[in-house]
Amino acid sequence: MDTTALFLSRIQFAFTITFHIIFPSFTIGLAAWLTVLEALHLRTGRPVYQVLFEFWLKIFGVAFGLGVVSGIVMAFQFGTNWSVLSKMSGPIQGPLLMYETFTAFMLEASFFGVLIFGRSRVPPWFYLFSTAMVALGTTFSAFWIMVNNSWMQVPSGYVMENGGFVPNDWTKIIFNSVVWSRFPHMLLASYLTGAFCVAATGAWYLLRKVYHAESRIMLRMGLGLAAVLMPIQLFFGHLNGGYVNTYQPSKMAAIEGRWNDEKPGSEVLFAWPDVANRRNLYAITLPPPFGSLIDSDSFTAGETGLNSIPRENWPPVVVPFFSFRIMVGCGLVMLGLAWLGTYLSFGQRLVRNRFLLWLTFLSFPLPFIAIITGWFTAEVGRQPWVVLECYEPPTP
Amino acid sequence: MIMFWVSLLAISILLYVLLDGVDLGVGLLFGLATGETRRGAMLSAVAPIWDGNETWLVVTAVILWGAFPVVYATLLSAFYLPLIVMLLGLILRGVAFEFRYKTQRLRWVWDMSFAGGSLIATFIQGLTVGALVEGLQFTNGEYSGGDVGWLTPFAVLCGFGLCLGYALLGACWLVRKCDAEVRDIARRQIPVLAVGVLAFLVLVFAYALAEHLPILHRWIDRPYLFVFPAVGAAAATVLALSILNHNDYWPFYMVALIFLSAFGTLALSFWPYMIPLVITVDGAAAPQSSLRFMFWGGAVVFPLMLLYTVISYGVFRGKVRATAGYGHH
Repeated sequence: MDTTALFLSRIQFAFTITFHIIFPSFTIGLAAWLTVLEALHLRTGRPVYQVLFEFWLKIFGVAFGLGVVSGIVMAFQFGTNWSVLSKMSGPIQGPLLMYETFTAFMLEASFFGVLIFGRSRVPPWFYLFSTAMVALGTTFSAFWIMVNNSWMQVPSGYVMENGGFVPNDWTKIIFNSVVWSRFPHMLLASYLTGAFCVAATGAWYLLRKVYHAESRIMLRMGLGLAAVLMPIQLFFGHLNGGYVNTYQPSKMAAIEGRWNDEKPGSEVLFAWPDVANRRNLYAITLPPPFGSLIDSDSFTAGETGLNSIPRENWPPVVVPFFSFRIMVGCGLVMLGLAWLGTYLSFGQRLVRNRFLLWLTFLSFPLPFIAIITGWFTAEVGRQPWVVLECYEPPTP
Repeated sequence: MIMFWVSLLAISILLYVLLDGVDLGVGLLFGLATGETRRGAMLSAVAPIWDGNETWLVVTAVILWGAFPVVYATLLSAFYLPLIVMLLGLILRGVAFEFRYKTQRLRWVWDMSFAGGSLIATFIQGLTVGALVEGLQFTNGEYSGGDVGWLTPFAVLCGFGLCLGYALLGACWLVRKCDAEVRDIARRQIPVLAVGVLAFLVLVFAYALAEHLPILHRWIDRPYLFVFPAVGAAAATVLALSILNHNDYWPFYMVALIFLSAFGTLALSFWPYMIPLVITVDGAAAPQSSLRFMFWGGAVVFPLMLLYTVISYGVFRGKVRATAGYGHH
């Protein structure tokens, strides 16, 4: 195998998929926000909601368009770059992606046209319906993608025949136990992305002292939603850790920077993993049983270390180790900001607090960074496997 | 079950060609058009629908992957380079759609991207079909023609042919959706493009004769195939009449019928092969358990998709107003 071609192919795939995830994660949340705005507008008749709707619709339009065109590349790249994988897992991944296209893409694309160009051509209720359909479509899309990826992470419901995966139980594939912690995790991440972008925009206009009424609504709704969702998100994040610990001990060991088996385990907060010498430099560590408590919800559970996994089955340790910490760090900052901002927004204190407004404005990259590093953790952490424990990266 | 998926695949490909052919064709003609009023009107004629149209390409790709994974994997790795370039073309024009209204000074750059992207995407679609018709090199079911094995004079000819075909579709759509100057210019383009398409079809036939392409024997073996050229000829006659009568409505349907008959000829002359003379429909089909699972998507959701398409075309029926562009929402 030509390793350069394989490496370039992986870089290309990593680039397109990283570039792509920026747009859907933004538009899934934004579509839901647009639906809420349009519903509020229909219900209260206040023009401010329509002003906000029109403003965010333009941003949604551009982001959605970029999401569509970068997504089409994804649909083809499986075949062009990973044709061996496509042939082997096609009977399982193909139908799942087909359901995504059938249930989501056409719904989104058709009603998106109505959203952008159709306000004067359809009755108000149909316009609201179209907005809701676009939002529903983006959610369906996220669901099928998470089912697909979860199957690659924790494959189930198949038998191997002639070197290919043949499905024998679709309920096991779709209602895969890990889907129900991973899909909400992604959906909440998208809503948080939308919430922080909306709040940051509100903060920016307040700092510039323009569009006062609209900005206050954006700030309050954005931070308020984040204040409610952020703790739920941390909970689902914890559930995700549970599945990783059960099914992917090598990923967990890399995330935790754990070299030796421990019972009960300690918890490395920060370190510099020295992979060549199998140790951590500059480690700041919580003593046992904090590691077991966090990974296994137990005071006494044993935790696997990398040394008891064959070297050739290790993922690249450094990437999951750091990307996981960056993700959690972003999450904690967002939690603090959302709670403080919401607390201060009762009354007029937040609007006058320029320091906090600046912080809120500057916070908009955080959810994107958290999503990208979260995916890095999940995807780099399962290497060298593409379909876990079944199949190593194929030739391009 | 296999026949069910073959039919859905055929419908998706046909819908893609007809629908996205319209907006790609308008993109090609856009490159020839001058003046912001004309260009604006041309874009308005396809702006609300191009996104949905392009989705049929994704539908085709996922049906292929889900129901016929072998074909998906084989074709996509054989056509690696042209497909990547085609996607770049589609991205370029999609982005140009969104961004041209954001700038005055650099609008010409986005306009060139729109026309250029349409040209690239169309040309490559024609090229790949041409290469398939002529036959790619396979050993043991794996593509073995090299990085540019698809690049033959015949394939290039088909690339140009499809450009003429899509431009013809686009011109008919403009006649239907626009009025005044835009419609009149498009109506004058139709005879030129139609004669071009006809000349191309004659040329393809002559080439097939001269080179003894394997497809030729199948035409001789299956005389019922000549129904399709007959339908095409009838449609061409009605097209000519409707242009002479200045009818805005019929030309588009007639060109669609010509496309349908060309598609029917190709599909049936290769039956039962999916990749001509290498992989058959039965040999390419996914396991029964996959096909059965997908059946509900095909039987329940596929009609829904058709319904959305009809709804969105219904909302935007009738002539476009010149001011209904992206910049005015």
